[in-house]
This record gives sequence, structure tokens and C-alpha cells, in this order.
Amino acid sequence: MLTTVVNISYLMGATAFVIGLRQMSSPDTAQKGNFLATLGMGIAIAATILIPLSGASNNYLWIFGAMIAGGIIGYVSAKKIKMTAMPQMVSVFNGLGGACAVVLAITELIHFSDGRITVTDGQLLILLLTLLIGSIAFTGSMLAYAKLQGLVNDKQVSLPKHNVINIIFLGILLAACVYVFMTQDDPSLLWILLVMVLALVYGFSFVAPIGGADMPVVISLLNAFTGLSAAAAGLIYANKIMLVGGILVGSAGIILTVLMCNAMNRSLFNVLIGGFGENNHSAKTGEDDQLAKEITYTDLAIQLFYSESVIIVPGYGLAVAQAQKVVKRMDNLLSANGVDVKYAIHPVAGRMPGHMNVLLAEADVPYPKLLDMEDANEAMPNTDMVLVIGANDVVNPAAYDDPSSPVYGMPVINVWEAKNVVIMKRSMSPGYAGIQNQLFFHHKAKMLFGDAKASLENLIDEIKTIS
Amino acid sequence: MEKLFLLFDENLILIYLLIFTVILGFEVISKVPTVLHTPLMSGANAISGVVIIGAILLIRNADPSDYVTLSLGALGAVLGMINVVGGFAVTNRMLKMFTKKKK
Repeated sequence: MLTTVVNISYLMGATAFVIGLRQMSSPDTAQKGNFLATLGMGIAIAATILIPLSGASNNYLWIFGAMIAGGIIGYVSAKKIKMTAMPQMVSVFNGLGGACAVVLAITELIHFSDGRITVTDGQLLILLLTLLIGSIAFTGSMLAYAKLQGLVNDKQVSLPKHNVINIIFLGILLAACVYVFMTQDDPSLLWILLVMVLALVYGFSFVAPIGGADMPVVISLLNAFTGLSAAAAGLIYANKIMLVGGILVGSAGIILTVLMCNAMNRSLFNVLIGGFGENNHSAKTGEDDQLAKEITYTDLAIQLFYSESVIIVPGYGLAVAQAQKVVKRMDNLLSANGVDVKYAIHPVAGRMPGHMNVLLAEADVPYPKLLDMEDANEAMPNTDMVLVIGANDVVNPAAYDDPSSPVYGMPVINVWEAKNVVIMKRSMSPGYAGIQNQLFFHHKAKMLFGDAKASLENLIDEIKTIS
Repeated sequence: MEKLFLLFDENLILIYLLIFTVILGFEVISKVPTVLHTPLMSGANAISGVVIIGAILLIRNADPSDYVTLSLGALGAVLGMINVVGGFAVTNRMLKMFTKKKK
């Protein structure tokens, strides 16, 4: 009876995962979908705690202690994290899921090595697979976190010919796995631990040469890896919901990775092998005789005040400066004086697709004010003033006219088609992709240097003195 | 080779499940707007925390005096739970932003 209840619960949980994911892919139902998936997970966990196991000692105290501790840590960090740091938070969560799979695999492998359990060939293969994929997802996600957080930069962690090194490394790793598999009659814990250490190091090495700008794609891929490691762990315990949930995330994660690549006009192969910004020595850099023109706060305030239409192009710089609420205040001020203010959102503005929409929504910018890239580009020629705040690569004209540039072919917002462009930026330094932007030297363009938040506040004061 | 055939025949239902789930995963999210990429990835990430079930089973089957296994299992459960709770909570925070601005 209880077994049937548990089986039905697992079935419900798995169904909730599928329908939840489906609903999460449409804006209207997304929140409901997340709730449904959470519910499915709750049911599955409760069923696992209740499932009758013959001869099990249960150790409920350990289970509840660990679950409460993990739950609190997870909940508090999810609540406390700043919206701007969300992508790296997701990466950390993902890495810990991978680490969980590693812990499971290594525990079973320890039991196998000291003869407590016997395994079939297939089970040993699955254990090794769980260990491998989980380890790569774990350390890879942690490095992705460190890169997004700005703790390490690409050059510090990548070696020359890193891709070749990685392929050789992977070969050695697989050879070690084969050795463990071949010597299974006389298993050695030392070799099993060696496989784990190698796989953990490989996770770092796998992500190391991938350019910072491509990190979102990599996190999505590593997310798929965690799913696959969960599925493999599901095979160890012959647990269907782990299998279904894991495979679902694995395949959905891979298709999502491909979709993200498409949004940035890059192929997955290029992301993994190419190294964004690695071949940029041939890209045009700002020549010495070119000078960017600066604009003063007063001039910009007057121009904004007397414009009919203004489009704001927000980028990561705005997010870093926590300036989304200040932007909204300036927007209110201008709108109150009859200026039509809109926002042009590039698909990959911020650090991840959709990141900027979330940040602006947090500042209460109404939905109809957000233009997607196509609509924004259509509106450009009729726009009096474009204000680029902390964005760079997504407004780089090199995407159209410089085949040697790493951003060539990427869809960008054609801000230079507007009547005036002002770029608010900390300095002349190149953007995230590490390349210079010809837009700064365009005859329509003027620069306003400084921290986005401070600059906007000055600007608001200036506008107030006019109005 | 004989062994391989046997493996296939014995696990036929499992193999069906595997293939259909892969296709389902592809189909379920193949038409997602760009703005939802990040929340969807985060939601999928939370679902991959289903691995915690393995940790619970590991602890339940462990000998009460086997502290190595219990500690490792507890470590797994803590890690998995962070993934699950943190993942769903952060996804919820992101998606809240989408409903708020629609009013």
C-alpha cells in the first residue's frame, strides 16, 4: 500500500517537472510552472523519506538535520543575493548539485573498493560516469562563478593551446577510468580517488579557456551536465524520478544552451573551442589620432529635456552601478515633461539573456516601455537621443563592418542611426568581449565618463534646474 | 557481445524511458523567448537538484554506526538541498519581476 502511494507520488513528481518546465517557457505561466516544479520536488522528497526500505535503519535525524541545514543555506543565499549577481548564484547552486552527485558516487565506490557491495559491469560504469560528469559540473561551475564575479580573469587561468591540453587531459582521465574498470576484481581506492581528483581538475581546465562573455552559455551547458549526473545517480539507486528529472534537465539544458548561442549568433563549437576575444589582435582598435568627444551634464540635460523621443540602452555597467532605480527616476522626470522614454533591450544585455529585463522590472519600469532589439532598431531613425548606459559590445558597429572583429555578425542595436548618441561609461576601456568600439569615435556620438549612478544623479539635478 | 544484448533486453523499458524523456526535454522548451532563458535555466537547475533523493536513500540505508557513510550522505543532502531550495527560490525571485510589471 505505502509502496503504491510512493510510486504514485514519484509519477506525480515527474509529471510536475515536465509540465512545470513547459509552463516556465512562456512568460504568462512561468511563475506557475516554477511553483509546480517546486511542488513536484517536495512530493518526490517526501515520498523518498517515507518509502519502505527493508532492513534500513533510516537515520532520520541525519536526514532532517542535513536537509534543514541545506535548506536554510539555500534559501538565505537566494534571498540575499543581489539581482545583478544572479547568474553566478545560479552557477554556484548548479555546482553544488554536481558536488552532491560526486559525493554519492564516491561513497558507493568506497563501499565497492572495500568489498562491502558488489557491482555489475554496468553499475561500475554508471558509478564512474556519475563521478566524472558530476565533478566536471562542480568545479566548472565554481570557475564560472569566479569568472562572473570577477575573482579571476580569463588570462590568469588559461594556458597557451589550452584546448589541446584539455583534449590530452580528457584522454588521460578516461584512461584512468578504464584502468579502474579493468582492475575491478581487485579494486584500488587510490585509483578511484585519483579519477575523482583528475575529473575535478578537468572541470576547471574545461572552463578555463572559455571567454568570460560566453560564461552564460557554459553555465547552461554545465547545468545540463548536472542533470545528466543526477540521471546517472538515479540509475545507481534504480530511482525513476531521479532518472526522469535528470534526463529532462540534461536534454532541456542542452537545447537551451543552443538557443542561447543562437541569440548571440555563435555556435556552441565556437564557444567551447574558439575562445571569445582570443583572436582579437586583428580587430580594429581605436587609432591614436581618433578622439572621442565629451559632453557636459548641462548640455546633455538640455538635449534630453528638449528631445521628443529618447531611447535608453542599458548594459551591464548600469547593473553594476545599481543604477536601474536612478534611471527610472530620470525617466519619470523626462516623461512628466512630455519626453517619450523607451528602453532598448539587447537579447544578451547584462550577463545573460533576460537579465536586463529582470533588473529594470525590479526598478518598476513598465513592460510596454521595453523594446526588443528589432523594434528598437526600427525606431532608431526617428529617435532624437539615444543614451547608452554601461553597454558596449551590444552597440558596436564592428558587428556590421569589421569581419576581423570577434563580434562580427552578432546582432546589435543600431544606435548610430538615431540623431544623437551619448555613451555613459566609466572609461574608454574596452567592453566585456575585450574589444574597442568604433562607435565612440562616430560623428554623432558623445561621451559622458563616470560611474553610471553618480552621472545619472548629476543629470537628474541638471534636468530639475531646467524644468 | 552476448552480454550487451542481454543488457539491452533486460533494460528495455528503461531505454524507452530514456529516449522519450530526451525527446520530451527537447520539445518542452524549444520555443522559449529570449527573456526567459535565464529564469528557465535557473528552474531547470533547481530540478537537477533531484539528485538529493540519492543522498536521502544513501543515509536511510546506512548502518547507524557507519559514520563515514552517514557523514558523506549528510554532506550530499546539504549540497543537494542548497541546490533545490536555492534554485527554486532564486527562480521565483526572477519570475516575480515578470508578473509585477504586467499589471
